[in-house]
Amino acid sequence: MASFGFQLLKRTLGNRSAAARFFSSAPYTPIRATLFPGDGIGPEIAESVKQIFKAAEVPIEWEEHYVGTEIDPRTQSFLTWESLESVRKNRVGLKGPMATPIGKGHRSLNLTLRKELNLYANVRPCYSLPGYKTRYDNVNLITIRENTEGEYSGLEHQVVRGVVESLKVITRQASLRVAEYAFHYAKAHGRERVSAIHKANIMQKTDGLFLKCCREVAEKYPEIKYEEVVIDNCCMMLVKNPGLFDVLVMPNLYGDIISDLCAGLVGGLGLTPSCNIGEGGIALAEAVHGSAPDIAGKNLANPTALLLSGVSMLRHLDLHDKADKIQNAILNTIAEGKYRTADLGGKAKTTEFTNAIIDHL
Amino acid sequence: MTKFCSERIAKYAFEYAYLNNRKTVTAVHKANIMKLADGLFLESCRQVATKYPSIKYNEIIVDNCCMQLVSKPEQFNVMVTPNLYGNLVANTAAGIAGGTGVMPGGNVGADHAVFEQGASAGNVGNEKLLEQKKANPVALLLSSAMMLRHLQFPSFADRLETAVKRVISDGKYMTKDLGGASTTQEVVDAVIATLH
Repeated sequence: MASFGFQLLKRTLGNRSAAARFFSSAPYTPIRATLFPGDGIGPEIAESVKQIFKAAEVPIEWEEHYVGTEIDPRTQSFLTWESLESVRKNRVGLKGPMATPIGKGHRSLNLTLRKELNLYANVRPCYSLPGYKTRYDNVNLITIRENTEGEYSGLEHQVVRGVVESLKVITRQASLRVAEYAFHYAKAHGRERVSAIHKANIMQKTDGLFLKCCREVAEKYPEIKYEEVVIDNCCMMLVKNPGLFDVLVMPNLYGDIISDLCAGLVGGLGLTPSCNIGEGGIALAEAVHGSAPDIAGKNLANPTALLLSGVSMLRHLDLHDKADKIQNAILNTIAEGKYRTADLGGKAKTTEFTNAIIDHL
Repeated sequence: MTKFCSERIAKYAFEYAYLNNRKTVTAVHKANIMKLADGLFLESCRQVATKYPSIKYNEIIVDNCCMQLVSKPEQFNVMVTPNLYGNLVANTAAGIAGGTGVMPGGNVGADHAVFEQGASAGNVGNEKLLEQKKANPVALLLSSAMMLRHLQFPSFADRLETAVKRVISDGKYMTKDLGGASTTQEVVDAVIATLH
């Protein structure tokens, strides 16, 4: 009962701050955002994010939620109903790494978030970090992956013993939705080209439908160049010359593989930001690396992925000047090379790295 | 996805590794998501692996595999994959190794075998390459060496492969995709010269 009252109060206050933001003339009324620090190294890197955002005077008020220790029957998972409602209400969130507990009878945490918040597009900006040398230094692309259907629809069945079928489902609605977001993103961020990745020469109906939807949306954005690339050709071009690509939009399976491939091009999952877009403009930025339980609590973790995801979140909120400021500070700190965490080949602790970034702001 | 086909390809992979002195076979899959389909594939691979105790067997998820390929490709030896992932992995690996112009390949069946370029992305039907005579013959030459091996002519296969590799390592005659300016015929002439 008391919790219900508290819910109502939180909801009213939340609405009021949203209304204040809408009608206020001051551009910097605090925006509420949900924060899931996650497990393992999550809380430490979340702390880094909070410190840096505060030092940069970002107008964000964090609402922290933790993964529970018991299954919430309303969501069938360890994430509580309140956590999900918080994201739905605030419309933006930042998520650290979450380790799904082993066991049955509950949905995986990522699947819960995706289904409940209807997160249909996974956006990963991949750009070479100056100062962190990999084999490729001209990477500057965004992968946008359809996240709800395709080969991962989960529709498998056994026909007879030894024969299994898996259904790939592509719908016009989902394809249009992700194509719209891709072009909208390209326009909002000044990108020149959108490439649709497919295998429609073989899967003529499924990938063919995906392409048709992309073409329809492309016609509405004549200033943005649109091209179609077959997936195998795309893989080859990516490893030979990743500078050829700008924005990539793809169905689920190709997106999974290509986005991880691109993460590998710039240095791995520890440096890659990611943002999930849901219906109604919800954005949940997340760090896609694991929770690294072996280094948890030792002040050794690299907060770059979560920080850059936070920057993606700021861009989604149109706080571009703050986003640029923080991003430049991060890139300069890494480029300078004096303070680098262990995974980048340095010896700095998480707190030292964080302070170095704050100094660069 | 059928058990019959998965077993067949797994058997071929392990037999190939055994005959060619390869130490590791890696199965590429996405069984955490496609539990039944790729699960069946993995089961077949594991069963065949038990029959080759001298060869190391491991499994890797396809997205991690692509990430590792672009950062540390030397960790892979023989990779066995289902159809779609195989297409992607082959093209990624070809790109890392130098492109479609150098990667050989073969298609093997129970009764017949056809050898061709390993990865043909983007080159098929490229008229400009034909006109300017800049097509790289290396891939097809190495594929024909594979065919000779399949026909049990290992000495001829070795001679051809060594000649081609020497021409490339000399660096004097290379087509445009490898950074040189020779025509197809010049490269072939160089290989013939090295053979003698």
